[in-house]
Amino acid sequence: MKGLSCKSRKALLSASCNNGRSFDNFELSTLTPCQSPSISPYMTDLNKIRNFSIVAHIDHGKSTLADRLIQETGTVKERDMQAQLLDTMDIERERGITIKANTVRIDYKADDGETYVLNLIDTPGHVDFAYEVSRSMRAVEGSLLVVDSSQGVEAQTLANVYQAIDADHDIVPILNKIDLPASDCDRVAEQIEDVIGIDATGAIQVSAKTGQGIHETLEAIVHQLPAPKGVRDAPLKAMLVDSWYDSYLGVIVLVRIIDGVLKKGDRIRMMSNNSTHLVERIGVFRPEREVIDELGPGEIGFLTASIKQVRDTRVGDTITTEKQGITEALPGFKPAQPVVFCGLFPVDTALFEDLRDAIDKLALNDASFSFEMETSAALGFGFRCGFLGLLHLEVIRDRIEREYDIDLITTAPSVIYHIHMRDGTVLDLHNPADMPDMTHVDHLEEPRIKATILVPDEYLGDVLKLCQDRRGAQIDLTYAGSRAMVVYDLPLNEVVFDFYDRLKSVTKGYASFDYQMTDYQQDYLVKMSILVNDEPVDALSTMVHRDRAEARGRAMVEKLKDLIPRHMFKIPIQAAIGGKVIARETLSAMRKDVTAKCYGGDMSRKRKLLDKQKKGKKKMRQFGQVNIPQEAFISALKMDN
Amino acid sequence: MLEDWKTGGFGIYIHWPFCQSKCPYCDFNSHVSLEIDQSRWSRAYIAEIDRYAELVPNRILTSVYLGGGTPSLMNPDVVHAIIARIRHHWPTINDYEITLEANPGSVEATRFQGYAEAGVNRISMGLQALNDRDLKRLGRVHSVTEGLEAFEIARNTFDRVSFDLIYARQDQTLAEWQSELKTALSYATDHFSLYQLTIENGTAFGERYRLGKLRGLPEDDQAFSMYQATNELCFDAGLLGYEVSNYAALGSESRHNLIYWRYGDYIGIGPGAHGRLTLSNGRYASEGWKNPGRWLTEVESGNGDRVLNELTMQHQSEEFLMMGLRLSEGIDPVRYERLSGKPLSKKTQHHLTEIGMIYDRDGKICVTSNGRMVLNAIIQEFLAD
Ligand SMILES: Nc1nc2c(ncn2[C@@H]2O[C@H](COP(=O)(O)OP(=O)(O)OP(=O)(O)O)[C@@H](O)[C@H]2O)c(=O)[nH]1
Ligand SMILES: C[S@@+](CC[C@H](N)C(=O)[O-])C[C@H]1O[C@@H](n2cnc3c(N)ncnc32)[C@H](O)[C@@H]1O
Ligand code: SF4
Ligand SMILES: [Mg+2]
Repeated sequence: MKGLSCKSRKALLSASCNNGRSFDNFELSTLTPCQSPSISPYMTDLNKIRNFSIVAHIDHGKSTLADRLIQETGTVKERDMQAQLLDTMDIERERGITIKANTVRIDYKADDGETYVLNLIDTPGHVDFAYEVSRSMRAVEGSLLVVDSSQGVEAQTLANVYQAIDADHDIVPILNKIDLPASDCDRVAEQIEDVIGIDATGAIQVSAKTGQGIHETLEAIVHQLPAPKGVRDAPLKAMLVDSWYDSYLGVIVLVRIIDGVLKKGDRIRMMSNNSTHLVERIGVFRPEREVIDELGPGEIGFLTASIKQVRDTRVGDTITTEKQGITEALPGFKPAQPVVFCGLFPVDTALFEDLRDAIDKLALNDASFSFEMETSAALGFGFRCGFLGLLHLEVIRDRIEREYDIDLITTAPSVIYHIHMRDGTVLDLHNPADMPDMTHVDHLEEPRIKATILVPDEYLGDVLKLCQDRRGAQIDLTYAGSRAMVVYDLPLNEVVFDFYDRLKSVTKGYASFDYQMTDYQQDYLVKMSILVNDEPVDALSTMVHRDRAEARGRAMVEKLKDLIPRHMFKIPIQAAIGGKVIARETLSAMRKDVTAKCYGGDMSRKRKLLDKQKKGKKKMRQFGQVNIPQEAFISALKMDN
Repeated sequence: MLEDWKTGGFGIYIHWPFCQSKCPYCDFNSHVSLEIDQSRWSRAYIAEIDRYAELVPNRILTSVYLGGGTPSLMNPDVVHAIIARIRHHWPTINDYEITLEANPGSVEATRFQGYAEAGVNRISMGLQALNDRDLKRLGRVHSVTEGLEAFEIARNTFDRVSFDLIYARQDQTLAEWQSELKTALSYATDHFSLYQLTIENGTAFGERYRLGKLRGLPEDDQAFSMYQATNELCFDAGLLGYEVSNYAALGSESRHNLIYWRYGDYIGIGPGAHGRLTLSNGRYASEGWKNPGRWLTEVESGNGDRVLNELTMQHQSEEFLMMGLRLSEGIDPVRYERLSGKPLSKKTQHHLTEIGMIYDRDGKICVTSNGRMVLNAIIQEFLAD
């Protein structure tokens, strides 16, 4: 199949779909085509290069397909192969998902007898890491769009296609998992045409598990995706695609060369801040690092240059030479913005410095994770952190707890509210605890999103109810085959927390979900405080819509009543707005906790029991006379129905 | 500090690890064994008594306790030999106490006379319930009638007889327990051990509970009401709850158990038996090999104990607190401070007093009757500082 040109593909999309996550329009096709014949014999001929990303909905098999491409081309020795080879982080392997995009260079001897250099980028599927996908796409000319042929088009399939089209990519559709009995290629191909609007007649049928269709995929990459364009004898123009910290080499910078040549010993300049560096090392990933002499136009590889911190590099920046460089930079990307905020506090206050250390280290490699110190009357010192979404939050929290062995209290996740003060100033509120006195506030605005949900018809009613319950306004409802595609305008604060979990549970896992931030809108929002034993617990404060406050407050105090263990005295638990109590529960006093008998002078048993209780208590935090377990802060917010 | 134990006194605990059958709730070191060579066991106990006599000579003995298991399965001559040997080594106080734990079967009753002749002067009898349905559910082999007959014989044979009941049983209502307890109190004995049924891991009940198959256990609130009713009924009958689960007329308290609770010194002899002993250079915890066969062979090769560990002062202060707060007489904070090197937190004392868990009586810290049912939480508060 020779696919449609980018332009016509784009035209097939309905207008409402054509606003993917809004990143600056940077089109590789605007680069000047290769005119110079003077290609050095050492360099890869531009025509023999293919750069592409592998994109798909979560779990549709991107990383497994990457495995097969790596294996089929003999890039990695058979004995070093393992499933999802590129998912190297512990947390990726454990959860079976990709979090970080990965680049690999493979050599492929095609059926035409020529050897091609293929640079593939495996991307994550989860919506929280969509930013990884978007910036990866800026570095390549084409995409393999993987669709699980037993599942069909899902929400992130759509989101990724729109991004690919935005980036003017040529797209090769891949129907994966054809080994599964439930695989239905005809139906899914039809769906791709109907819903996405791209030609799928020549879609390649693949089983990334058995290796079927891999050869065809490699041929399609060579013949259907365009070669990059670029000028060798031109000043250096390279795009900084990604960077991360390596304990041996320092900061490693992933670059895509557009024009010119990058060599070891070059003095380069980052155009965003004019900082200059001496290039110490140049290489490519196979997927192990391999040092080479230079990178030419169209190539993707890495450089190191004694850069100390990831923060000194800006993703999307343009790199040129210090002298005789270019003057006009690439448009760059919008940096990833954290959208969910919460406080992280050590359960053991003595571990604050350890936490600082852990967060510093993690932030080194994750520019999308933001943090600043926070003090809470009840929780002491901690950090207010910003994340791309809830999975991102979980990933970071997990890593701190496991890799650094610090038990954490996570406070209620919040979004950024705009507070319009009576005096006309506007404040950003990341933390409900910082809510100013209402008498000075004119009104509040909250961020909203456009959510796209694909769901089988039988669960549609439940999904609509869920969206309605979360203050959603329906924008669109269409059908994609037997599945409904619902588009809703929703307040982000109703979604960040447990929306995805709820969605999964009401649809038994059959729905998929994607969202984009849209704008801010005014609404009647108030701060709801929680008082435990008559003392406010700031870490449990949340912003809620006034109309929902009673129900929310009731649910929270009931939850807390179950989550807080009984104490020797009874404990009132209240939800309040300002000074007004809107919900109240009483946790009755503990009635029985005693060892009835004595074992002929054996005191060790009793001690063991006490030691066990003591350990349990370590996982709690004291507020006045009340101990609240660490998990209560998050669990209290979950709404089960 | 080597004098500390004297507040509590000095006793000897002998553990007999065998029973006729294993009760489903019981997690004591007790085993059912068809063949028991009683003379071999007798020799082993004697050997251990001799060994300890060298370790802690020159002590005046407050009490001896033969516990189990079911010590009323021991031949009277074995009991005789043990008591004689102990008395050979240590002089006793005037009103010394020698208790034997007895199961209330008809067979056991025939041995009571022999125990009395051997020197036993107190019997603790495990009646457990006063209705046959519940005895059966508790897996007991005796009936109420048998139990009461055995009790009568014991009363005619010994000066002092205590009896044990387990309550807060499956499907037991408050009213049922009140009436059962009233019946028990009408037998006019001067000491009762009244234990709320505890579900222990590793027992048959524990397993059934884990599988959700042990139904009808009272909720904590119900158990709390039962405890209060128990305290009231016993008080009305002239028996004071001198410890969490023990009730006695003034002066009839178990002297032996008071040694534990007052954190005195005691030798523990037998499989899994624990001891606390002050030697010339510090205070030690001892523990016998738990498996009966192993203990026996270890004794025969010279020493039945698996451990003899020195206790830190911190550890001692914690044990003292844990045990002492069980008693209505409370603990002396000065003694605590002497052991731990630091005073009990004033803040914690204040908080616990405020919420009605403890009170001060002539400088002693005592747990209130409401506090007793949550004693572990109280101890936890103190130890948290
Ligand atoms: N039966 C079958 N299973 C497959 C195939 N390809 C992938 N899988 C399985 O599908 C699951 C997800 O595969 P991944 O390769 O991790 O999917 P992914 O798209 O990289 O997932 P994310 O990175 O989390 O978005 C794994 O259990 C794979 O073993 C296939 O062709 N056939
Ligand atoms: C070591 S037992 C030995 C007494 C004797 N073998 C008997 O069963 O009668 C001492 C007492 O502990 C009590 N007891 C044992 N297990 C118990 C449990 N799980 N819950 C409450 N009391 C228990 C019983 O009242 C028993 O009489
Ligand atoms: S309760 Fe008494 S008789 Fe029953 S097994 Fe335990 S020690 Fe033996
Ligand atoms: Mg993956």
